[in-house]
Amino acid sequence: MKAKVLFAVALIAIALVAVACAPAATPVPAFTPPADAIGTVKIGPSDPIHIAYMMVTSGADGSLGIDSRRGVEIAIDDKGGKLLDRSLKLDGQDSGCGAEPGQAAAAKLAADATILAVVGSSCSSEIRAGGPALSKAGFSVVSPSNTAPDLTDPAKRFAGYFRTAHNDKVQGAVAAQFALKQLKLKTAATIHDGSPYAQGLAGVFVDEFKKGGGTITAQEAVGPDDKDFKPVLTKIAAGKPEIIFYPIFIAAGSLITTQAKTIPGLEEVELMAADGTFSPDMYKAAGKSAIGMYQSSPDFSAFAGGYPDVLAKHQKKYNEKPLSAFHAHAYAAAMIIFAAIEKSRGEGSRWFVVHRSPSIARRDPKDEWVQGRNRHDHLRCERRLRRSQDRGVQSDRRQCEQTPDTRQAVLETVIACHCEE
Amino acid sequence: MLAKKLKHLELTDVFIYLLGLAIVAVVIIGSIATLIQAKYALRAWFDLVLFGVTLGSIYALIALGYTLVYGILRMINFAHSEVFMSGPYIAYFVADAMSKAGLVEQNPLLTVIIIFIVAMLSSTLIAILVERVAYRPLRHAPRLVPLITAIGASFFLQYTFFRLFGPNLKVYPAINLFDASIAFGDFKITYLQIFVITAAGLLMLALHQFVQRTKIGKAMRAVSEDRETAALMGINVDNTIVMTFALGGALAGAAGVLYILVFNQVTAFIGFVPGIKAFTADVLGGIGNIPGAMLGGLFLGVIESLGPTLFLDGLGIAAPYQLKDAIAFTMLVLVLIFRPAGILGERLTEKKA
Amino acid sequence: MNQPKSFWNPALKLGIIGGIAVVFIALLGMIEAFATRDIIADVIDMGRVLVFISFFMTGHFAIARKSGAASIENVLQAGVAGLVSAAFLAALMWLLSAMPTMRAVFVNATPVLLKTLLFGLDITIASIGLLALGAAVGALPAGLRFLPESPRRALIRASTWVILVGLLQELLVVTFKTTESLQGLATLLFAKTGLSIAGAVIVFVLIVAFELWRDRYGKTVRVRYDHLPTIQRRATNGVILLSLLAILLALPSILGLFFSEVLVQVGLYVLMGLGLNIVVGFAGLLDLGYVAFFAIGAYTVGILTSTSTEIAFAGGLPFWVGLPIAIAIAAFAGLVLGVPVLKVRGDYLAIVTLGFGEIIRLLALSDFLKPYFAGARGLELIPKPFIGSFELDGPQQLYYVLLVGCVIVAFISLRLKTSRVGRAWMAMREDEDVAQAMGINLVATKLLAFAMGASFAGIGGAINASKLAIIYPHSMNLLVSINVLALIIIGGMGSIPGVIVGALVLVGLPELLREFADFRLLVYGAVLVLMMLVRPEGLLPEARRALELEEFKEEEKATSAA
Repeated sequence: MKAKVLFAVALIAIALVAVACAPAATPVPAFTPPADAIGTVKIGPSDPIHIAYMMVTSGADGSLGIDSRRGVEIAIDDKGGKLLDRSLKLDGQDSGCGAEPGQAAAAKLAADATILAVVGSSCSSEIRAGGPALSKAGFSVVSPSNTAPDLTDPAKRFAGYFRTAHNDKVQGAVAAQFALKQLKLKTAATIHDGSPYAQGLAGVFVDEFKKGGGTITAQEAVGPDDKDFKPVLTKIAAGKPEIIFYPIFIAAGSLITTQAKTIPGLEEVELMAADGTFSPDMYKAAGKSAIGMYQSSPDFSAFAGGYPDVLAKHQKKYNEKPLSAFHAHAYAAAMIIFAAIEKSRGEGSRWFVVHRSPSIARRDPKDEWVQGRNRHDHLRCERRLRRSQDRGVQSDRRQCEQTPDTRQAVLETVIACHCEE
Repeated sequence: MLAKKLKHLELTDVFIYLLGLAIVAVVIIGSIATLIQAKYALRAWFDLVLFGVTLGSIYALIALGYTLVYGILRMINFAHSEVFMSGPYIAYFVADAMSKAGLVEQNPLLTVIIIFIVAMLSSTLIAILVERVAYRPLRHAPRLVPLITAIGASFFLQYTFFRLFGPNLKVYPAINLFDASIAFGDFKITYLQIFVITAAGLLMLALHQFVQRTKIGKAMRAVSEDRETAALMGINVDNTIVMTFALGGALAGAAGVLYILVFNQVTAFIGFVPGIKAFTADVLGGIGNIPGAMLGGLFLGVIESLGPTLFLDGLGIAAPYQLKDAIAFTMLVLVLIFRPAGILGERLTEKKA
Repeated sequence: MNQPKSFWNPALKLGIIGGIAVVFIALLGMIEAFATRDIIADVIDMGRVLVFISFFMTGHFAIARKSGAASIENVLQAGVAGLVSAAFLAALMWLLSAMPTMRAVFVNATPVLLKTLLFGLDITIASIGLLALGAAVGALPAGLRFLPESPRRALIRASTWVILVGLLQELLVVTFKTTESLQGLATLLFAKTGLSIAGAVIVFVLIVAFELWRDRYGKTVRVRYDHLPTIQRRATNGVILLSLLAILLALPSILGLFFSEVLVQVGLYVLMGLGLNIVVGFAGLLDLGYVAFFAIGAYTVGILTSTSTEIAFAGGLPFWVGLPIAIAIAAFAGLVLGVPVLKVRGDYLAIVTLGFGEIIRLLALSDFLKPYFAGARGLELIPKPFIGSFELDGPQQLYYVLLVGCVIVAFISLRLKTSRVGRAWMAMREDEDVAQAMGINLVATKLLAFAMGASFAGIGGAINASKLAIIYPHSMNLLVSINVLALIIIGGMGSIPGVIVGALVLVGLPELLREFADFRLLVYGAVLVLMMLVRPEGLLPEARRALELEEFKEEEKATSAA
């Protein structure tokens, strides 16, 4: 059984360095369908296994969700479109990267009792507003790109919520440590764009950088639609920082990259962005200025074997390079859900803890991505298993939360995560 | 009763003036505090003003399009921001093709000229199209109706471009025409900044002359004064209105090219913010007033660039550049408190306003 | 048939316009995206329906200006128009297959689009088929004229309903399946995707039958009702009202979670619409920053009721304590923001109020005030309203809060409109100077309008904050203000039922069709323009406005004649 799990996990392209903490398999002799109507999904022999996404797929932020959805689609292709001899059905809702559309999308998903699990959301705001509805409907939700740390805070976490995305605490800390220790810099400035993601990440960076003995010369903020960053950079230049950390998105991020070096006083400054700009569009938009800048991001190159394969499939299927960094997380999220459904067939619910490793990559003048030196192996994601049985997958969505021992297991996992983060 | 009313009026007036004075006080105290701290070199201040003037002259060019249309039709042409966006957006495909053909490197000057022509033509075309479809059938409708069609047309154009050409950022090829710079001691101006400011200034001057001197310009002014009388005088009102839209569109297209020369990238949504800013500039300067639009644009550009540092930094306010639009709009309120019709605006009669 | 030229000209012209439109629709990606949605399972999908509709409308407009009589001439013209527009689509097909690189510019010119257009056929056969189809569907509206009006209308309405029901299949199935007794109906009407063939026939026949019945007997019912004695008529009215009320009360449990969510959103916009209707519709003050008061209401309730530890002051009070304070503060904000703009008129006012909206949003977003408003990460842990120990936690419960809110606010609006204040507002709307000369205190009248409007938005904001449990400054954007303004004008400015209809059309409908979110704002924009061109007075105009609009139309005719 364990080998099978490992096989499924190995498919997950972003390196699953180890499968740990998997509670020892305690076979459940006879499956008794839970009496709870919400927790039970009856899937007949000819019914599809229905997975939904909840992502932003339209508008200006659309590329984030489209990228993630593609990750899920590739995962389905890798499964041959089938799971447990049933076809896999994927549909979903556009959650608009905002609280209101997120809640509406969640309400629509929650009304559909055939859905087994949800991959999403794209933005933290969506899940904060929509999470309770999904949770109440009993779904497991695995997010590929929610990075707000407190979403998995045991006090706030919605029942059934998980993520494969790394959180801001990890990435911000990794970036700050990298600037301090690898680049040996002492002064830094940050810019965020007023998005929850960027504000949070910049905040973590500031805290960690100060903790490590560095000085923050300026904490600036701009608007996501701004174009002229020369004034704010001029102001930053007065503080003479050695590095500027701007964990924002491509449009503004590329302009800051091109404009920074033209500002008197910033000619020698190091630039560092985060995974929000981890996209070919960024290098196209920033052109030559991007050479030599740093970015933190999930480390795909460390994930032996699987990822290039996914990339090739992506190229073949969509005829372009990935739009952002999160398709891999989405692929992993989908695979985790599939594995859970497959694995839990007739067995008990169970939790897994997966180690992943983000790192820092540097873009060198030869236009190649070189493996960063700072390995940070403690980013975890949680995943949840679903109980099912051979004849009509009957999934129990609440079992984990209801029986005392599994509940404890859930909490232990989450707490363990938070201790290490 | 009358006494009561007078008292009431005074109260609100007092409130308004106190508000105005409070804003002025914050600005003055903030500026003094910032200057006393002397964190910024003189060169930095010079740069901030220069950045502001550069952006402000682009705002001013866009603002002219709003003001021309407003002068004639008394409506906010919300779709003008998309007219501005469409020029450089369509010209991008030409620029991209030229870049692939190697023309951009060989002859950057010709590239820029072609981009100007394509962008101005495209913007003009879109402006005329919008007028024909969304405004002309509603010439005599109540004021708010064309406002709604304008907003509708604006969304429609934005998302048409977004859907037709995709969500990706369109990045212009690098044009190495204005890379050099002139230095005066510590101060430095790039050729690009000089070019943008001069081009915008020349276009504005040309427009002013056009409106004052030519026959069409006179017709435009006549229609703006009184449409019915102008029609009686033998002016073809519809044609004059189309000309106005075309002129505004061409200027917006030119502004769009200046914009991409500075910022290098287009999406379907780049028009929105500059559009709002340009209209604010119009109101600041006095709506329907061409020199007012120029003045308003420059004022707004400089306030945005300089304001956060000068006014707020000394007060210890965190991340002042996040508030740059708030500062700009506060300045607008301040100006309108003391001059309800804008800096250069005449007191409008009810009919005009 | 005098001259061949004038005979074919309109057909050609309309055909070209229709052709451009259909190619445009294809390149926008609509055909491809809609093709994933079956209307009738294994028969037709929405993408193809869209192509049909394009041809149909082309034919319709080609003969729209001509008298209603049926004639072969009309059929020919409409058919030619359809044929020409089909030719454009066929040309696109050839272009797609010959030049796949055009995808580099037009991102939706994909192989999938080509496949959809080809109907799985060889390209030559497909082109011929498409042309034939274009001619046939184009000629259809002219052919329909051979039928008497009543069955014709019935057929068109029935087809529209089949498309609608097919489009909403997913929602209806989910809704039907929650009720035990309706499960059978769901399996009968619907296939896995779209309507089943039997379902389509049933819907079609039912609607045709209903339409025909109404055409024949509808008037009789109406006449009989009019002839009832007053008491009986009142009784009938009472029964109708009561059943309406009963339906309104039962809606959430009938319709289920998602429809309730949509209704709650509509309700929020009705609240705001009624408020802005006072400012813009009654008093004629153009406010583009109305969202400011929505934000103030939301943040007041947020701060007073939240239990978050992230902000300096979090009240932890119950919602019902927060609500009246939020209304009061929003109304006060209406006064404070109203005073500086008292002398500012018309479009100056529009841009200043827009500025206020932006200032409020930016302040809520700013790092500067983050210790008080929680900044970009949102003010969280806002509790839901409780009644006793019963938590109104989902849309199915919050619906009632909104229903009560809307009814109260609509009642207040209605009373205000006919009151002395209401008349003063309308006088001011027509002409400020004259109103003042007539002895209306402009200052008090204006400020009252601002305050009333603001307080309604404050209610909306307060409920929204509680509904979401977290508020983000990003939600307080200009789009909200524009949406509210658009819905009161689409509904019919100054009209209270118009606000409700406007909210249903501009908020409810897009939410129901959220599958097509990719096209939401595109269609929204197009609808705004078309609606204003076709019905500038709005869907349910106020009587007085309608009159003014009549005058405008007269004037229009006079000018076009001259």
